Amino acid sequence: MSTEARKPPPQIALKIRRALGGKSGWNGIVVQFAFAAILGWIAYEIVSNTRANLENQHIAAGFGFLRNNAGFDVNQTLISYTGSDTFLRVFVVGLLNTLVVSVVGIVFATVIGFIVALCRLSPNWLVSRVGEIYVEIIRNLPLLFQILFWYLAVLAALPNPRQSISLLGIAFISNRGLVIPRPIGESGFEPFLAILALGIVVSLGLRFYARRALFERGQVIRIWPSVLALLFGLPLATMLVFGLPFTFELPQLKGFNFAGGSRIIPEFVALTVALSTYTAAFIAEIVRAGILSVHKGQMEAGSSLGLSRGATLRLIVVPQAMRVIVPPLTNQYLNLTKNSSLAVAIGYPDLVSVFAGTSLSQTGQAIEIIAMTMGVYLLISLVTSAVMSVYGWRVSRSLGA
Amino acid sequence: MTDIASPSFVRHDLVNERPAPVKTTGFIGWVRTRLFNSPTNILLTILGALLLWFTIVPSVRFLMVDAVWSGNDRTACLAENAGFAVGACWPYIQAKLPQLIYGFYPEAERWRVNLTFVLAAVLLVPMLVPRLPAKGLNAGLFFFAFPVVAFFLLHGGGIKGFGLSWTAGLLELFDDSIIGAGNVLLNLSKTSAVAPLLWVIGNLIVLVGTAIHWLVFPLIWLRDQIQGSGQSVWVDFAVTTAVVCLIAFFLGGGLRTGWRALASSFATFVAIAIVIKLMGLDHGGLPIVLTNLWGGLLVTLVVSVTGIVTSLPIGIALALGRRSTIPLIRIFSIAFIEFWRGVPLITVLFFATYMLPLFLPGNFTVDGLVRALIGIALFTGAYQAENVRGGLAAIPRGQGEAAAALGLSWWKTTSLIVLPQALRHVIPNLVNSFISLFKDTSLVSIVALFDLLGSLRASFSDPKWSTPSTAFTGFAFAGIIYFIFCFGMSRYSLFVEHRLNAHRRN
Repeated sequence: MSTEARKPPPQIALKIRRALGGKSGWNGIVVQFAFAAILGWIAYEIVSNTRANLENQHIAAGFGFLRNNAGFDVNQTLISYTGSDTFLRVFVVGLLNTLVVSVVGIVFATVIGFIVALCRLSPNWLVSRVGEIYVEIIRNLPLLFQILFWYLAVLAALPNPRQSISLLGIAFISNRGLVIPRPIGESGFEPFLAILALGIVVSLGLRFYARRALFERGQVIRIWPSVLALLFGLPLATMLVFGLPFTFELPQLKGFNFAGGSRIIPEFVALTVALSTYTAAFIAEIVRAGILSVHKGQMEAGSSLGLSRGATLRLIVVPQAMRVIVPPLTNQYLNLTKNSSLAVAIGYPDLVSVFAGTSLSQTGQAIEIIAMTMGVYLLISLVTSAVMSVYGWRVSRSLGA
Repeated sequence: MTDIASPSFVRHDLVNERPAPVKTTGFIGWVRTRLFNSPTNILLTILGALLLWFTIVPSVRFLMVDAVWSGNDRTACLAENAGFAVGACWPYIQAKLPQLIYGFYPEAERWRVNLTFVLAAVLLVPMLVPRLPAKGLNAGLFFFAFPVVAFFLLHGGGIKGFGLSWTAGLLELFDDSIIGAGNVLLNLSKTSAVAPLLWVIGNLIVLVGTAIHWLVFPLIWLRDQIQGSGQSVWVDFAVTTAVVCLIAFFLGGGLRTGWRALASSFATFVAIAIVIKLMGLDHGGLPIVLTNLWGGLLVTLVVSVTGIVTSLPIGIALALGRRSTIPLIRIFSIAFIEFWRGVPLITVLFFATYMLPLFLPGNFTVDGLVRALIGIALFTGAYQAENVRGGLAAIPRGQGEAAAALGLSWWKTTSLIVLPQALRHVIPNLVNSFISLFKDTSLVSIVALFDLLGSLRASFSDPKWSTPSTAFTGFAFAGIIYFIFCFGMSRYSLFVEHRLNAHRRN
């Protein structure tokens, strides 16, 4: 008599059902087939219609147009660009302009947002009211409204370059934009950069070592004097040896406009101001909510351990608040990047403006151009959300441990 | 005996009064504790007061004190004519007000816009006050009846048939496309490598299409008969009423419990008949006003209300799809949501304006406003899907399991048990999305539609009113309108949140 367990029945139908329909069984399979058929039919209709329409309009599909000459100028370029460059170069120019305005906007938005959040959390009644008024006004007006307000009303009302407003005599604001001193590299530039990079790397290493020592042996190492020396003393010493790394070329008023210095176009100024003040209002609310989310008992426990208020904030409250703050904050950074596409309304040459605007109207290649533009933004946001889900996974793991 | 009257440790005189403690109540105390309790705070208070002084005082001066209130053209708002540094130029707003509210809507027809605004307010206000009854009826009227009525009011035009002809037309189109798809497969089978398979499938599809054709043939014949008669709309209406009422009667339980369903569907049709008669839809309706004449606040409100009404069903469908157990539907929903959430709205509008016309058959043109509306509905729908998904995730599994234990189907579980609770949970989030939708409607001005902001921008270029303060006046006016709407919605969302969390307060 055999004592082996019998083999389970093969249940082929069950396995097929499981593989094809997941948890939902035969019904699910039928629905899936119907859904796939409808999707396929819609896709077929779109493709055939598009083909017929493009043929009627005599537009050749494909990305060949990217190698053609663009033939128009762009008034802010980070890389060299002339009208005889290709559309691909226009794409890169626009993308870089988008990234520049986003990064500058993110920096300012973070700074303003944290300041406003601190104002709102302040025990001082007046200051917290000022913060609240700021947040309420900015959040309840459309961003496009604010961009146009800065561009059409405020910047247009500024005086012309001859009567421009001087900031300490080195930068000038006028209706032609902002003129700032331009750094010019000198002979000592490369050693200066190298030493600075070295200083940063060594400081990070020192910090790592000090924290190891603190956590493993409980030994407090005071590193800030050496870090200070590394970050400021060493570059200063290099400057003495190799000469100045760069000098500034100050803008001079000549005739009706400024000569020298670098000019920041008014569109950039208006867009940066509007984007950073707008996003700052949202960041302020996120930061406030994050800090309020830390239980009051944490602060009290910190002070009962004898930590000062600053140390409690730095070591106990802020690290816990950051867990709540970082995901929505990243979301706001992403929003700012996407909102920078509103540049098209005031003619700042960002990706949407020069590529999906000017290039589209010149070539008529709507499908390729809009697909590329959407693809760039989609790529940025998907990469960011992937990074954020890794972050969330790490945070939840560290909380669980 | 000792003299107990005056021992050395007993006081002989009264203790002096101590000074009163620092006052911590009332206005003075409040000022002390909240504004001037430490040197830093004193400094901050002074800074804050200075900031307010330098922003509020100039604003008030600009808007009220230094403003010009009457005039016919720009000369009234110039400093040399007014005799002082001119602030806001209100006559400019007075002159441009029709353009800012109606755009180029013909002057004789503007009562239609006003009537639509009034209807919207009359339907919306009772829906927002929680204490008033008949929320279901109200929501039905606002979300289904109002958009249709508003379309015929604002756009004008009439109808040629009713439910029967529409159903017949739709089925005919559906059948044609099925037969078309079959024929395409048959054509492909002549050149393809898997020819027999394609041939079989193509023939099958054509067979199904032909079968459907014979099934719907009586309906089409009936439609043609009705179109031939003089009173096509009313005959069609009567037939549709009879059919729908009968269906409602039998679905509602027949002779036993169907009377209620019969009565309500009959009442609905009577109401529809009254609307058709009142607006004269059966013979042409109101004169048609093309959407390129619409503008100003009208477009802003049309776009936002349409966005709100259409994005919610899309969002619910996508959210349910994302939680579905059917893999293909789940993957499609996720991809759809993430795609629209990952791109900026302006590229969506460009997509709708330049790419959508290419996707449609050549003889089929879509109005510019409708294109923008489609883009905005898809975009907002993806965001609403994420909101609804949050609500669905907040409902305990036990609710769905209890419904299943009672023998309810998936549809009944979802629509009667899960969704009502989930939606109630996320009302504040939904309203917040509506606020951002309302703000985002300003973007349609980039694709050549003249909403409030677009009309404002267009009015700046009028040389008749170009003064140094024109731009600021216009922005102040539009800003106040936007602020009132958005701030009102955000307060309402706070109010609802407060009401919903009543059980958590203590």
